[in-house]
Amino acid sequence: MNHNDIIICRCEDITLGEIREQIAQGKHTLEEIKRACRSGMGPCQGRTCAPLIVSEIAKATGKPVAQIPLPTFRPSTSPIKMASLLGGDQHD
Amino acid sequence: MIKNADVVVIGGGVIGCSTAYNLARLGAGKVVVLEKNYLASGATGRCGAGMRMQWGTETNCLLSRESVKMLSHLPDLLHVNVDIEFTQNGYLMPAYSEKMAEQFKKNLILQKSLNIPARWVTPEESLEIVPFLNTKGMFGATYCAEDGHCNPFKVTEAYAQAAKNLNVEIYTDTEVQGIVTKNGKIISVRTNQGNIQTDTVVNAAGGYAKTVGRMVGVELPIFPERHEILVTEPVEPTMGPMVMSFYHNLYCQQSPHGSFIMGIGHPNEPESYNIKSSWQFLRDMAERLVEILPPLAGLNVVRQWAGLYDMCPDRTPILGSSPAFNRFFTAAGFSGHGFMISPITGQLMAEMVMGKPTAFPIQMFDAGRFDRGELFVEPSVV
Repeated sequence: MNHNDIIICRCEDITLGEIREQIAQGKHTLEEIKRACRSGMGPCQGRTCAPLIVSEIAKATGKPVAQIPLPTFRPSTSPIKMASLLGGDQHD
Repeated sequence: MIKNADVVVIGGGVIGCSTAYNLARLGAGKVVVLEKNYLASGATGRCGAGMRMQWGTETNCLLSRESVKMLSHLPDLLHVNVDIEFTQNGYLMPAYSEKMAEQFKKNLILQKSLNIPARWVTPEESLEIVPFLNTKGMFGATYCAEDGHCNPFKVTEAYAQAAKNLNVEIYTDTEVQGIVTKNGKIISVRTNQGNIQTDTVVNAAGGYAKTVGRMVGVELPIFPERHEILVTEPVEPTMGPMVMSFYHNLYCQQSPHGSFIMGIGHPNEPESYNIKSSWQFLRDMAERLVEILPPLAGLNVVRQWAGLYDMCPDRTPILGSSPAFNRFFTAAGFSGHGFMISPITGQLMAEMVMGKPTAFPIQMFDAGRFDRGELFVEPSVV
């Protein structure tokens, strides 16, 4: 099996090959890779792919994993319907 | 790090990269871009990614019209292989009062005179464009089918690649800490990675433009203001145009990816460098959105973020040098519409820095206009 075909970001269908290509282009942070190929932008917000990409960056740059910065954690914690945001004025 | 440069551009957003590329193209010599984080990490990469030509001042109409022309074939223009996700699904801008309708119709006369294909549509016609639009209270709307969307990261990337192809040096993770001057002349730019000798600086630092101005003792009336934005899960294509309502102070567009990107302006947002998200925004956004586009209430929000508008008092950018330092140029103060006019702005700035005639007259946009009282107030901003 070609490892480059392994899906790394399952929300946005980003493969290991695509991640490696971004790293090869000089993008050595999660923030930059995310913006270039959408990894971590889906419903799970990078919970699955972030550690996998971090280890790829560490492998490519020789830096320890602890030195690869994590991206900003943004609300919401999990996807929430716009309609749900409107409730709550009274006890349901 | 390089020791000498002909021009140092401060800021690796779309304006900085576009200016640097154009400088190199016009033969400015050694051009360097300094970015304190990574490319498009500031306002560029946080913007709503819309692209519109429906403006209330002639200059904004012209700048956006020319920029749309350039964006429509940008990769060819720059000789790079980057998909910038250019799409033209229009902007629909509803009017909710007689005064607003009057202003829009005035804008339309201006836009028509500049060959911008915008038109007035009735509430009924609006429903043909966005079938689930709530037209209650609407007087009508203006619609320009050739407005649209473009990916800010990709446009910046395209300009950065094109600039590198012309030997521009781009330093990321490099923070400018000071500018050394002597007798009204720039000597060098001091960064956390070393010093670069240069006599010409372009300040494209967005929300931080005032801070950079102060490094040479120039006080620019540009101030940072947080604007919040969110994105939903992707769904099938359901809404063509960007819907932008000044009454609701809201914009909402479905991106080519399928997600809806939307934001609102907050009239009481204080001047600050704060780019943290707030929970109040989620609620306010949802409240106003369901008023105008009710079915979208069923969408899941996956992420929210914030960024800085580099606000100018008249909502028109400062493009030009300053009286005290004629080699200190500023391209900032875009007030929320820098990305969409970045292609032509980079060209104009480069022409100005090189002392060439500019494609459009822009000398009146210098910082001195505030002292002269010659403002250009753009009425159409969220």
